[in-house]
Amino acid sequence: MTAPLLSARAVTKRFGNRVACQGVSFDLWPGEVLGVVGESGSGKTTLLNCLAGRLAPDEGTVEYETAVMGTVDIHRLSEARRRLLARTEWGFVNQDAREGLRMGVSAGANIGERLMAIGARHYGNIRQSATDWLERVEIDFDRLDDRPTTYSGGMRQRLQIARNLVSEPRLVFMDEPTGGLDVSVQARILDLLRGLVDSFHLSAVLVTHDLGVARLLTHRLMVMQGGQVVEEGLTDQVLDDPHHAYTQMLVASILPV
Amino acid sequence: MYVAVKGGEAAIAHSLELLADRRRGDREVPELALDQIDQQLALAVDRVMTEGSCYDRSLAALAIKQARGDLVEAIFLLRAYRTTLPRFGDSEPIDTSHMVAERRISSTFKDVPGGQVLGPTFDYTHRLLDFALMANGERPAAPTAPVDAAHALPRVGDILEREGMLEPPPTAEAGAPPQDITRTPLVLPAERPVRLQNLARGDEGFLLALAYSTQRGYGNNHPFVGEIRFGAVPVSFVPEELGFAIDIAEIDVTECDMVNQFAGSHDVPPQFTRGYGLAFGHAERKAMAMALVDRALRAEELSESATSPAQNEEFVLAHSDNVEASGFVQHLKLPHYVDFQSELVVVRTLRAEVEARNRQTALDKAAE
Amino acid sequence: MPDTNAPQAHDAAYNYAYLDEQTKRMIRRAILKAVAIPGYQVPFGGREMPLPYGWGTGGIQVTAAIIGRDDTLKVIDQGADDTTNAVSIRRFFARVADVATTTKTEEATIIQTRHRVPETPLKEGQILVFQVPIPEPLRMLEPRETETRTLHALTEYGVMQVSLYESIARHGRISKGYNYPVLVNGRYMMSPSPIPKFDNPKLDRNPALQLYGAGREKRIYAVPPYTPVKSLDFDDHPFEIERWTECCAYCGSTESFLDEMIVDDQGKRLFVCSDTDFCESRRK
Repeated sequence: MTAPLLSARAVTKRFGNRVACQGVSFDLWPGEVLGVVGESGSGKTTLLNCLAGRLAPDEGTVEYETAVMGTVDIHRLSEARRRLLARTEWGFVNQDAREGLRMGVSAGANIGERLMAIGARHYGNIRQSATDWLERVEIDFDRLDDRPTTYSGGMRQRLQIARNLVSEPRLVFMDEPTGGLDVSVQARILDLLRGLVDSFHLSAVLVTHDLGVARLLTHRLMVMQGGQVVEEGLTDQVLDDPHHAYTQMLVASILPV
Repeated sequence: MYVAVKGGEAAIAHSLELLADRRRGDREVPELALDQIDQQLALAVDRVMTEGSCYDRSLAALAIKQARGDLVEAIFLLRAYRTTLPRFGDSEPIDTSHMVAERRISSTFKDVPGGQVLGPTFDYTHRLLDFALMANGERPAAPTAPVDAAHALPRVGDILEREGMLEPPPTAEAGAPPQDITRTPLVLPAERPVRLQNLARGDEGFLLALAYSTQRGYGNNHPFVGEIRFGAVPVSFVPEELGFAIDIAEIDVTECDMVNQFAGSHDVPPQFTRGYGLAFGHAERKAMAMALVDRALRAEELSESATSPAQNEEFVLAHSDNVEASGFVQHLKLPHYVDFQSELVVVRTLRAEVEARNRQTALDKAAE
Repeated sequence: MPDTNAPQAHDAAYNYAYLDEQTKRMIRRAILKAVAIPGYQVPFGGREMPLPYGWGTGGIQVTAAIIGRDDTLKVIDQGADDTTNAVSIRRFFARVADVATTTKTEEATIIQTRHRVPETPLKEGQILVFQVPIPEPLRMLEPRETETRTLHALTEYGVMQVSLYESIARHGRISKGYNYPVLVNGRYMMSPSPIPKFDNPKLDRNPALQLYGAGREKRIYAVPPYTPVKSLDFDDHPFEIERWTECCAYCGSTESFLDEMIVDDQGKRLFVCSDTDFCESRRK
């Protein structure tokens, strides 16, 4: 019986007197995309940061099944190990691509960085890998030497995705990956993400306030309100037949088009 | 045939002689005496002592004379001398509540126990050049009131603290020797005592600009002058042979307590916070600037967002030392022609490659 | 000026070599740590010196900590013994330590240098002291000391490799000409000080001890004799040194680093060995 890829148990985080997230538990299995939805202030981003090792929870544990080291409690790892995992087996796609990119170096350098960090030393090969990835995320390859400052918002997001996926991570954390982008651009990036998740058998935890994004990309869904998980289940079931009043309100609020 | 320039030694020797000549200036003009500098340029002496980290008026005056009035150069001279001085221990911390204050003011209250003592300051002058000074006239002595040395001036800060309105000043661990940043390297992140040391000997202009920036919105901390006091304090020391403290010196210091933005939360009752500045001699601008920057650097400790330069510990502490800054900026005058030669080679190679590519492109076009 | 000067009595107002014995001991402890961990920057309690920061105070403190009456000191700047900075430092040591000084590389036991490695190969037992302005090789990529310390501890040097990649992408080649980063003993990335990359190969497995002093930044690091020192590059863009088409106008050398002199208003140029002692000895 395979182990879950990521296990959260009773994850709780406070900021002073305010409880940002409380007692969150779940298992994520290989190949699954788990969505975490809720409005702003629901605690979903805090939860994501605890899961990705960026914030230490006040209570609870987060365990990850590594490729070669067995299962580890990510918050008891040394900083060195955690940073190494973040560069190799994990990816993190920020809502604002600028936070996940080096804006001052070329797209090629951005994509090649993870390869160079683990010892790649052939410029031509690194450049070729970067070119291949630009293609996969549907950016014109002659933009390889341009800096992300010259890219549109949508292109920067694609570049951020490429920069993360070049090391073929097993688990990707995404924080509103299409937030702030034009609707048509969002649709294309969602399509791209869905394709990549499929072809690379990615597992992911995706935070979003947009139920449409959740519907398209996620297998399972957790609904958060005020730091608590109020409902969870298969995405289609939760969205088509919400039980909790808050979920019902969220679903009902989607503007019909 | 080109002959290489030699004679660097002779050129240096002549440069030193010329410098000594320029320092003396017109021989018809009387030579400056050290006590003239100490007495009549006292504030320059104060600054050199503070940033030179050495309290000795005549050494500071000598440094100013030798440096031809360039205070950063004088500070450098004093610091270099200080390096050679033997150490025989650390004094007890000075207690400014026992200061015989020549000047003591507070902006937080109209009147305070002990009174607002104006003392000697530029604050109430009109900045009109006084041409009477050109004539070197004698002035009558200023009237003075008798000094009541036995009467300690209670600190405004202590009054607020007793009510719980002001946070208590941080206390050092009992028995922990102070870390001396002139003996051990600065390690970041730094504790507040180390920061204060760095700021105390930091360049007044740099701290002034940073302090000013906080007042203009780059990390405002809502300051009020709780108290500024200037006067003499004793320095005491416990010699091993005696086992008790004896006074070994009396020094003039200027101290500034800033009362700043209150901190607190839903459950923790809010209190005002502190910034602290201290300088040798009479140096209010320095002490105040230091207090504002001290408070700004406490942003993280007080859970404030630290986004401005004055709140950036690494930026402030790494660049506050004017002897370091002056050395590194001016070192650009040293020969760098070998590195420049490397750059010339690189740039020429790149230019040749670009031109070759352009020629090739032109040839390809012509061939079509 | 004669090649070698006998020691003269030192200025009695100061301790031998200016620094007090406690300070010298503190610096030597830092040097020992540095030698034990090749390429690692050891913080030390650097003192205010009579020369300004940026003008060699780190090198001077290292030399002052190790120099003794039996030593022979050579000081060079840009490869020459008679540039003003080299003259000034040599005068300083002649004044505060009774030590013999020389311009001949093979006769020196300690060579303090700014921005060059001597052309004449060094021998076991010699010590080369480098003056270092910015000891942190990653400083221009990451200004925060707290972060660069972590990068060294975790061997996270990707950011430097990225900057070399970027240089090739923009210019077609790695365009760093001096202060070219190296990996020491396969572990620590090091700044070799602003020597031209021409001199980097001389650092690799050198029989002499290399000591690096940064006074203003208060760091000492070292490369023990015979330690591998590798300049960073890519497999398909290997490290290469500068070359000239001209040879030295004085001694004819085609193997040394050449200074370019502009000799008339029309821009006529002459190329001469930067290492004055090397050039002179070839002309004898």
